[in-house]
Amino acid sequence: MEDVMIHNLVKTYNKQTVKAVNDVSLTVRKGELFGLIGPDGAGKSSIFRILTTLMLPDSGLASVCGLDIRKDYKKIRRIAGYMPGKFSLYQDLTVEENLHFFAAVFLTTVRENYDLVKDIYEQIEPFKTRRAGDLSGGMKQKLALCCALIHRPTILFLDEPTTGVDAVSRKEFWEMLKRLKEQGITIMVSTPYMDEAKLCDRIGLLQAGSIMSVDSPDQIIRNYPHRLFAVKAEGMSRLQQVLRQSMIIKSCYSFGDYHHVTLQEETLKTIDGSELTERLTNVLKQSGFIDVEVKSITPGIEDCFIDLMKQS
Amino acid sequence: MKQFKAFVQKEFLHVFRDPKTLLMLFGVPVMLILLFGFALTNELKNSKIVICDFAHDEASRDITERLSAGGIFIVGQTISDYTKIEETFKAGNIKLAILFPAGLYDNLMHQHKAQVRIIADASDPNSAATLTGYATNIIMEYQRDLLKEAEMPMQIIPEIRMLYNPELKGATNFVPGVMALVLMLICVLMTSVSIVREKELGTMDILLASPVNPFLVIISKAIPYLFLSIINLIAILLLSTTLLDMPIRGSILLLLGESILLIITALSLGLLISNVVQSQQAAMLTSMMGMLVPTMLFTGFLFPIENMPVALQVISNIVPAKWYYTIVKAIMIKGLGIAAIWKETMVLAGMTILLLLISFKKFKRRLE
Amino acid sequence: MNEDVVIKTDKLTKRFGNFIATNEISFEVYAGEIFGFLGANGAGKTTAIKMLCGLLAPSSGQATIAGYDIYRQTEKIKQNIGYMSQKFSLYEDLTVMENIRFFGGIYGLKARELREKSIELVETLGLESESNKLVGSIPLGWKQKLAFSVAIIHQPKIVFLDEPTGGVDPITRRQFWDMIYRAADRGITIFVTTHYMDEAEYCNRISIMVDGSIRALDTPYKLKQQFAAQSMDEVFFELARGGKKAE
Repeated sequence: MEDVMIHNLVKTYNKQTVKAVNDVSLTVRKGELFGLIGPDGAGKSSIFRILTTLMLPDSGLASVCGLDIRKDYKKIRRIAGYMPGKFSLYQDLTVEENLHFFAAVFLTTVRENYDLVKDIYEQIEPFKTRRAGDLSGGMKQKLALCCALIHRPTILFLDEPTTGVDAVSRKEFWEMLKRLKEQGITIMVSTPYMDEAKLCDRIGLLQAGSIMSVDSPDQIIRNYPHRLFAVKAEGMSRLQQVLRQSMIIKSCYSFGDYHHVTLQEETLKTIDGSELTERLTNVLKQSGFIDVEVKSITPGIEDCFIDLMKQS
Repeated sequence: MKQFKAFVQKEFLHVFRDPKTLLMLFGVPVMLILLFGFALTNELKNSKIVICDFAHDEASRDITERLSAGGIFIVGQTISDYTKIEETFKAGNIKLAILFPAGLYDNLMHQHKAQVRIIADASDPNSAATLTGYATNIIMEYQRDLLKEAEMPMQIIPEIRMLYNPELKGATNFVPGVMALVLMLICVLMTSVSIVREKELGTMDILLASPVNPFLVIISKAIPYLFLSIINLIAILLLSTTLLDMPIRGSILLLLGESILLIITALSLGLLISNVVQSQQAAMLTSMMGMLVPTMLFTGFLFPIENMPVALQVISNIVPAKWYYTIVKAIMIKGLGIAAIWKETMVLAGMTILLLLISFKKFKRRLE
Repeated sequence: MNEDVVIKTDKLTKRFGNFIATNEISFEVYAGEIFGFLGANGAGKTTAIKMLCGLLAPSSGQATIAGYDIYRQTEKIKQNIGYMSQKFSLYEDLTVMENIRFFGGIYGLKARELREKSIELVETLGLESESNKLVGSIPLGWKQKLAFSVAIIHQPKIVFLDEPTGGVDPITRRQFWDMIYRAADRGITIFVTTHYMDEAEYCNRISIMVDGSIRALDTPYKLKQQFAAQSMDEVFFELARGGKKAE
């Protein structure tokens, strides 16, 4: 059973000069936590706005819980919860007033569905008489989530809920999503942070309006076609320059305190895999680097994303 | 219904959480009324006038004395050249010229009839009206005193000529004008800004993605401003009747009813504006330029419409405030009932329905 | 590394009413250094940056920026720094070239210098074919790179970058850091905030702010040792979580 079905979706802006969504097809299964991963301008918000019936696509089909986004938009509006990209609550109303207002909007009461938001609401309850505009970033997100959940939606659309939020609040937010998923709510979430991808059941990697890959994070990582090495030495900036100029290196990108490196096909053919790290270490030591560390690693989603970006 | 209540409640909270705007809402009308009211009374004392006396007789001397005695007029100079009057006006230091024709007293005594010409600078219509009123009173008083002495009925006919603004607009005209201005401004500006604010904030996204009927969002916006405008209206009426001696001769209920009609017109205009603009600044600018300027220009309370080129006179007909202004004047000053103003009311009502239809038609159930 | 101090603060504090946004922060930043300024939302980063840029007067404490006093010489400070934030960087309704000319102009570049610089800049960024397009119509990644180049067009001593890479794709994000390194090599001191913890590793030294105070300041390597952590992510989490509890 699929809760979201998108088929060949196209959306353009500015009289078709800007392609925001370019022939996107994907499905989100019932009860799944699905992540739409991609940078700003990849088309994430456009997809969310089409699914929440705020916008019509130029062409293509889309349905939410079996309801057509064109015909049945009124029904979709009743069963979907939506948290837009930017903080969209009334800043001059208090925490409590916002929650009660949105409950009334969806023809329900806070009391009726309190069990669903209880865990989250308890964290902001001490500030319930504070105006929403005076809350910190993390607390604003929690309140927005409460408001999106207050009518017990079947499916939840969260557009970049963690953007601009610090690492700690982000982690807390994902834990909340995990608990919501356990309650059976289908969640579709978008994020520009690649490290959040592994917290989803399945992800879609989106770049410039097109889907590059849809699968579980593990499977996407398994599909990574290269052997990947992490390289570290004293003088990381110079190390990168040397690696990029080297004949045997195909790509080199910084990842925190390491550089992630893939090798040219020919190099891989001529040398046995187990010797590769040793070979690389020696090459770098000959170039005058000290404290050289080379290890073979499994790629992360960000490695996969970079690779897929270069393929397209 | 529960949704509606929640919306109205929310709108009131927005209004009361924003003391600056609230202050402006009530401060501006009060300020306008006081400004117009007091600008009027201050200038009346010690107004300089010029006497052009061709009579040089008992009557002209007596009236001149009475004029300078009241404290209102200062008789600056006496001239005997008719053509110099215009010059003196242009020099800008006199408000009024009074012309006694030759043989004033004789005419009065023997023909029982005489003319005194009062020429006023009506470029400031309010003071012109008041000053000519005062002058006429003084002449009438002289006439009454004279009447007691003589047995025969006699009459001075003051002939008033208004320079620059012959169709005189008096002080009482400002209050209806300010009422129209304030209602238009508050309702158009506030509704358009508050709807566009939801677009800017992104809350409109959530509301559109919810089962709420979008019209509910809009209608609930109108309620608090309708309420505030009525309070505002009452404040204006109270101020103008107590401080400015403005009469309300006709039915207050009718006046309120007509005002509510204008408020609804203004609200639908605000709604229309909010449909086409995307930012609060644009909404504010459109409301100000689109409402304030036409209301000031074409209502007729600052500039007489009758003197405008025909093209502008035609344009003035599409300004709702113009019709409201006529209605209010009829009710307050002339004390007329609905029978006399039903045409204007129909025009206003027609405009409202048209505006509501257009804005409902243009209203989007989705984002662009 | 050149050991000249370009930013020096001593118990710099900003109060808003009863609320202490920045509480007695003291640190030094050296010339040519890439200094990461981390902290959770609401930890007081933005307030601190505003003070350092001379936009906001401190409540108490001392600071010198590029040798100029933060209280009395704010105009001098502004001439010697560059600033770029994720929110505002360029005018979207002006073209690439017009933006470069405008910002070069306000920093007092001479006409000839400006002409040469703007051509050079467009070439380095590979934006030749886009130079007459409106900034609003070019992709975010290019916009951010352009904004950074514009922020350093007048060769400032220090450039403040407030979340310069938010929402940018992974490849562009790394190209952006390449640009940061090149600027640092030219002697420009980089003062940068970010929510990407891997980017914290690219800094020479980082400070972590919690609840208005600086709780940790060192090289990424030493910080990881100090907190016995595998990554900067863990260090940050360890520190910032303590702050959350106090809230």
